[in-house]
Amino acid sequence: MLKKLALAAAAFLAIAAQAEAKDWSKIRIGTEGAYPPFNFFDSDKQLQGFDIDIAKAVCDKLKAECTFVAQDWDGIIPALQAGKFDAIFASMSITDERKKVVDFSRPYYNTPSAFIAAKGSGITDVSADALKGKTLGAQSSTIQSGYLEQNYPGFELKLYPTQDEVYLDLASGRIDALFVDKVVGLDWLKTTDGGCCEVVGKDIPLGGGVGAAVRKDDADLRDAISKAILEIKADGTYDKLNAKYFPFSIWID
Amino acid sequence: MNFEVLQEYGPRMLAGLVVTLELVAISIVCGALLAVPIALGRMSRNKLVSRIAFAYVYAVRGTPLLAQTFLVYYGAGQFRPELQAVGLWWLFKDAFFCCVLTFTLNTAAYQAEIYRGAILAVPRGQSEAAMSLGLTPRAIFRMVVAPQAMLLALRPLGNEIILMIKGSSVAAIVTVFDLMGVTRLAYSRTFDFQVYLWAAVLYLVMVEIIRRVWDHLEHRLTRHIRHA
Amino acid sequence: MDLIRLLSFGPDGWGDELAAGTWLTIRLAVATLPFGLLLGLLVALAKRSHIRALRVVGNAYTTVFRGLPELLTIFIVYFGGQILLQRIVEFVSPGSSVEVSGFVSGMIALGVVFSAYSSEVFLGAFRGISRGQWEASRSLGLRPLATMRLVILPQLVRLALPGLANLWLILLKDTSLVSVIAIDDLLRVTGIAVRVTKQPFFFFGVACLLYLVMSMISSIGITAIERRLGRGHGRTA
Repeated sequence: MLKKLALAAAAFLAIAAQAEAKDWSKIRIGTEGAYPPFNFFDSDKQLQGFDIDIAKAVCDKLKAECTFVAQDWDGIIPALQAGKFDAIFASMSITDERKKVVDFSRPYYNTPSAFIAAKGSGITDVSADALKGKTLGAQSSTIQSGYLEQNYPGFELKLYPTQDEVYLDLASGRIDALFVDKVVGLDWLKTTDGGCCEVVGKDIPLGGGVGAAVRKDDADLRDAISKAILEIKADGTYDKLNAKYFPFSIWID
Repeated sequence: MNFEVLQEYGPRMLAGLVVTLELVAISIVCGALLAVPIALGRMSRNKLVSRIAFAYVYAVRGTPLLAQTFLVYYGAGQFRPELQAVGLWWLFKDAFFCCVLTFTLNTAAYQAEIYRGAILAVPRGQSEAAMSLGLTPRAIFRMVVAPQAMLLALRPLGNEIILMIKGSSVAAIVTVFDLMGVTRLAYSRTFDFQVYLWAAVLYLVMVEIIRRVWDHLEHRLTRHIRHA
Repeated sequence: MDLIRLLSFGPDGWGDELAAGTWLTIRLAVATLPFGLLLGLLVALAKRSHIRALRVVGNAYTTVFRGLPELLTIFIVYFGGQILLQRIVEFVSPGSSVEVSGFVSGMIALGVVFSAYSSEVFLGAFRGISRGQWEASRSLGLRPLATMRLVILPQLVRLALPGLANLWLILLKDTSLVSVIAIDDLLRVTGIAVRVTKQPFFFFGVACLLYLVMSMISSIGITAIERRLGRGHGRTA
């Protein structure tokens, strides 16, 4: 019995070991799928969005066959480390905290962040002094949530697993304002539920842009992706995709 | 041990621990107050009353606490205008309150069954003897049945508190920074798996303390019926 | 009203999604059961063992997994188990990777919790089987394994059934916690429906109802099994 188990375990490990040789002809890409317009599931339950299109264009350049894996945001870096996929294209901002555990390609876009509040909230100034006493919300483990923690000390902050839940609680009035990537926020304001609310205050630029994240040991993949990003920018593919989603350029040099 | 992480998140985790204890303590006490009428309702001779109490207990015990918490928290958000009209929105606006409410309603059902079981387990002869002494039914319950039932309920009640400590971790999912919530936050910042293990130790210590205190309590309170 | 249409089995209704989520919840619970039972039995045997080290390990296992919040156990198994497994695989053959699906992670986590409790139930049931049963089997010339299989286990199942039935009902509810790590079970699908339709009260209410129905059906099934097993055992109640 024990021997059989040991054999089975050995066979299992052997199969797993063969499963992947690192030639990057096949790349598994992790994304969240709950962050329109960058990555989301359309009504046919297909992944769509700017991150997805960029990833596909990069894969074309690398002549790699790519498969997509949807993973909850909170667990997306652990899943990369655990080998569930090889690269993250999920609007992940390049930050020092994340750079301690993963490597980033060159950035492929950069957008500012902004506060959104209910119409008629009277909020115009979004400095910590002006917002004193307000409850603020953001998606957890995002660059925005980190910014709130650092720059709005003593505030009641509410952090949610997905951006949708932040919207839900802004609409119901549990939070007075939310802090989000401005492009993402504008996309929501266009929906019927977003009708309640508006952007307040001025744009706040955060971080060094959004890049593709890979495991620390995969420097070759990181460099290949960086090169491919520059190539799709040079041949016009990037600008076409940019125009498909946004009337302004989000490229970062 | 990663001391950098411990230094930054250790104190916050202890603050989260306090939130967990508050959640559990308030819910258990309020739940107990609610459980007594439910238990009595379950034993009522009035069919309608006993059926309603049974349905409540059955429904609560047949659904997951996480689903109940979502129902209360996000459900209340949907009824904001109505809640505002009756002046209760400020309560439901608060995630901590929503969790206390859900946990109270949840534990009340479990505690009701504990108390009912304990009351039924008190030997009939006790109340018959009391009756023959001329005590009124109310006095019999208060002075003879209830004290003995409380002793019988002690052990399952201790288990229920432990279950509540563990169950309270779902509060983290609706933005409460209890021990679990802080741990999730720390993990999402540091990606250091150790934080989950620290949280595990803290939960185990809490549960173990309750267990010890309960053993001691039971030992003391049952002195008079123990054989030498 | 419009709410009923939200439950229809069409492209704009959530009936088919909720059904798929319910089905996954059932599959997860059913898949966890044999694993959790076997593990629980092994832990119970360890706790009854003559070897001190086994007893210590068995007792520590129960103390830890009965003391930890189920949600925490699920996180630890899901994230920690994966990182650990990945390290082992890399150690055995560098540069390769291994993938564990969310379903299997969830199953293992729930199974571990289930086994910690079921080992206690089995332990109680073992105590309910008199020594005479073992002695009689030995005098009939049965070997220990045969005694276990033919004499002890059938009685064990009957004695442990009420406790295990209770654990099954708890397991059914605990599957909801797995929705927090990327498995499209009933509660998670409900969450998605809520985000799209903005009808939290209605959909979470429906989810609660579905869990309740699953519990009720389980209770009916359990009663039927108990009646069957109790047959021929001289119990009249």
